[in-house]
Amino acid sequence: MSVRSTWRASIDDPAWRAAFAQGRRDIAGAALGTMAMGLVAGVAMAKSGVGLGVILAMSLLVFASASQLACLPLIAAGAPLWVIVATACVLNLRFVVFSANWRRYFGGHRRLSRVLLSYLAGDPVYAQFVHRHPQPSATGRATAQQQGYFLGLALTNWAAWHVASLAGIFLADAIPAAWGLRFIGALALLALALPMLTDRAVRCSALAAGGVALATASLPMGLNVVAAIATAFVAGTWADRRWSAR
Amino acid sequence: MHLGHEAYVWLAVGALVVVTVLTRSFFLLPDSEPKLPGWLWRGLRHAPVAALLAMVVPDVFLSNGRLLADWHDARLFAVGAALAYYLVRRNDVAGTILVGTGTLMLLRLGFGWP
Repeated sequence: MSVRSTWRASIDDPAWRAAFAQGRRDIAGAALGTMAMGLVAGVAMAKSGVGLGVILAMSLLVFASASQLACLPLIAAGAPLWVIVATACVLNLRFVVFSANWRRYFGGHRRLSRVLLSYLAGDPVYAQFVHRHPQPSATGRATAQQQGYFLGLALTNWAAWHVASLAGIFLADAIPAAWGLRFIGALALLALALPMLTDRAVRCSALAAGGVALATASLPMGLNVVAAIATAFVAGTWADRRWSAR
Repeated sequence: MHLGHEAYVWLAVGALVVVTVLTRSFFLLPDSEPKLPGWLWRGLRHAPVAALLAMVVPDVFLSNGRLLADWHDARLFAVGAALAYYLVRRNDVAGTILVGTGTLMLLRLGFGWP
């Protein structure tokens, strides 16, 4: 079946449509956080001194708030390309971990679909989807419900990001800094992390990771995120043995 | 802006696009599932929440790279309110964000807290 006829068959399936609508509703709250981050990123990009064409291309194609915010000042300052790439890789490390989990849901799909699906899957999409569908289907191909739910989440989140970042770019001078929009983004990430603290071992590794991220916050290039992930890995492995969860 | 700089900026944006696509599809790009040892899979389940909190915690407790010296800070109360709401109403992501944002705005714009 071609991509187009698969898409048509999906849209005509009532179960798919119900799941899509459910996804759209479930992401609405987190999409507010995405919009805050998008606004912040848009304002930061507009004020970075980089040309408008480049900013628009970056906003529409890169679609990754943290690495965009971190790399803009580097680009504006003319940092070597490898430093920019290394920074983006470090900040995107969590998506590598997410992709290992997406494999269990979408591993049976065609490569182009797999890459497109993972490209759309930002932080809120991951948190919400895994919360609602903790178990992938046995075939490695997402069920109609899972597909519809995923796209309902992902397309809504994608639209929220682009509307907000474009608004940020064009309204940069009108948004007061006192609003502290950046921190609303942090509140959104916190709200997404909370439902993931499902058992004692994860709570233990999360606590250790938070402490290390704070203690190493002065490291350059977002390396404190790497330190926190490594800590969580070690602490989590220890805690899993101790309490033998799973 | 001369041509060299223009080309550099576009190269940088292109590199960011490539990094984004490759990291997000890292385990999905190959046709067969990459074989990882069991201990690695079990350890990796701790990584996503750690990555999210690693971006949040310094934002809450640091101000210009220093620990908060004064508890009169809108961010602490916003996080406190969000956590309290989450504990009472489990799994309400939207409500948690709205309660935190409302507290932040009230203290910052209403009371002029940092």
